[in-house]
Amino acid sequence: MFDGIRKRVVCMWFPRLSSDRVLRAHPIDGPFALTLKTNNTERVYCLNEAAERLGLSRGMSFADARAFCPDLVSRPARPDLDARFLATLRRWATRYCPWVGYEGEDGLVLDVTGSTHLWGGEVDMLADMRDRAARAGVALHLGCAETRGAAWAFAHFGNGQTRLDDLPVAALRLDDQTITSLQRLGLRTIGDLNAAARAPLARRFGPELMIRLDQAVGAIPEPVTPESDPPHYATRMSLPEPIGLTEDVMGITMRLLAPLCDKLKAQEAGARRLCLTLRRVDQGEQQVELRLAAPMRDPHRILPLFERGVGEVDAGFGIDQLRLEATQVEPLPVQQIGSRQSSPDQLNDLITRIGTRIGLENIQRFLPADSHIPDHAFTIAPAAFSQPDSGWSTLRPRPLRLFPPEPIATTGSQPPTRFRWRRMTLTSGRIIGPERIAPEWWMADDGWRSGVRDYWRVETREGRRLWLFHTPQNPGWFVQGEFA
Amino acid sequence: MRVDFHSCFPLRRSRVHEVFGPSAMTFAAMAAQGDLLWIRESWLSDTMTPQGLLPFCDPSRLLLARPKEQIDSLAVAEEALKDGALPFVVIEITRPLNLREGRRLQLAAKAGGTTGLCIIPEGMGSNAAETRWLAAPMFNQTPDPLQEDSTLMRWEIKKNKSGTLGVWNVRWNQKTRRVHVVPPAVE
Repeated sequence: MFDGIRKRVVCMWFPRLSSDRVLRAHPIDGPFALTLKTNNTERVYCLNEAAERLGLSRGMSFADARAFCPDLVSRPARPDLDARFLATLRRWATRYCPWVGYEGEDGLVLDVTGSTHLWGGEVDMLADMRDRAARAGVALHLGCAETRGAAWAFAHFGNGQTRLDDLPVAALRLDDQTITSLQRLGLRTIGDLNAAARAPLARRFGPELMIRLDQAVGAIPEPVTPESDPPHYATRMSLPEPIGLTEDVMGITMRLLAPLCDKLKAQEAGARRLCLTLRRVDQGEQQVELRLAAPMRDPHRILPLFERGVGEVDAGFGIDQLRLEATQVEPLPVQQIGSRQSSPDQLNDLITRIGTRIGLENIQRFLPADSHIPDHAFTIAPAAFSQPDSGWSTLRPRPLRLFPPEPIATTGSQPPTRFRWRRMTLTSGRIIGPERIAPEWWMADDGWRSGVRDYWRVETREGRRLWLFHTPQNPGWFVQGEFA
Repeated sequence: MRVDFHSCFPLRRSRVHEVFGPSAMTFAAMAAQGDLLWIRESWLSDTMTPQGLLPFCDPSRLLLARPKEQIDSLAVAEEALKDGALPFVVIEITRPLNLREGRRLQLAAKAGGTTGLCIIPEGMGSNAAETRWLAAPMFNQTPDPLQEDSTLMRWEIKKNKSGTLGVWNVRWNQKTRRVHVVPPAVE
């Protein structure tokens, strides 16, 4: 286990992570608290130092806290933003060593073995951490030890202590009940616990206590799991001389696309939206956005799709920096070649090309919907974001064309024999119906305010085959559609 | 002299055709084979219904493009005709095409091996069109009592670059899913 190099682990604990995050953006003098609604009660989630000095504590109800301290300033807590802030701090901590993991919701753990000398020794490195955290306005407690458990103990409970044995048993990451029971037994420090007989303790408290103790003293290894950075899909290129020709820009775009697509391939992902940023010599920036109808990572297929956008760019005095970023990425597993026809790809390329001109949402397809109302019996969805559905069925013939209802002047509950529609005088030849359709009361549709409709198919002697309806509750006749 | 209907009707491939009249949309639905793209400007208020299309072609194979104005719809049509991924493209025309636009569509269809069909308002035909059809519904005097079928139409070919003109009464046969020519009814 021990291979000659002494392992060094640093634990960073940010005791007031949430309130520090808010106060960094909007500094407030005086007591400050973040509140979170749990179990239908506003409770104090995090406090600043001034509020802690006044005796407020975490978890107390917000009403009590305000009673103790009337000038308490509060904000709602945002645990999601706190997690993002901690991720930012994790990225910052990789300046000390590459091996950085999370320790709970408000801490980081760094395996600094072998990297302390880069900062002139361990003491200087810890001083640098403290200094930078103080400048950033984030409270930081540090613990440095040979094991992760001991580092945690020093960060949380090491008020000037240098020996692990002097720390209280609470520093072993145990639950509250175990800590209370140990204190009742008279085992107040880790040293007391280490000196006690192991077997009765294991029998009394279960294996958890002994595992935590062994982890703290180093008898059981506890590795640090570093978080990996999410893949970043962007490439850029700076040019020594500005360029202006379309072919040159396309050439550079190809050289940017190739590594980007390699990266996408390694992650089994495909780009759904690409953004090419062109920076001109005069610092002006222009963006060419490409939205693809399907995830794609083949540079030779993506490049021609950029042609239209690049052609519209005003190069001015020349372009000297290009950046290509895949702003939206979707999983695209590797597929066996030859087994599929090429036509879906070709169709997707066509949709993308048309989409760059008229907008990807304006290429649509019909999807069936479950409704008797003729104009709600289908939905129209963007083709790039939906799959074709062939579950079409009709019980009765439906018109091919549907228009907003056009009133015709006639009365009675039977279809008229002669009527005028769109400046044509029409004579009914054959009448089929009625078909009664009731409005859907659960949908608010203004067109159906007039109540139930009796639909009739009217074949006129002039040829037109129309779809008329009568509203018996609100007498009136309308033409709504035309059959094939 | 009667020209044979089947020499004209499955519309010649790699060409752009035109149709007008009250049943132009039905003509387009009957002429379409396989996947199709239907280009229709977004300001047009009346809609076609997939349930109405169902007897003639499968609505799930239809893609709808909704450009803002005709210049965009022509660009989309040219792109789609040239690409060939969709064998049939229907374009709804709202202002007359000039010869250059009509010819460009024709060349695009030739390059992609696709068929284009323009639905035009009456009298807005382009000289570049391969054929021009007039489609109008007809009242069926002697309906077949067995089938509730009322798709009798009068199709007239008004212009034909590679043949003569003709008039037919046609009907859609639901079972065989194709157009049948019916002899004119005796008055």
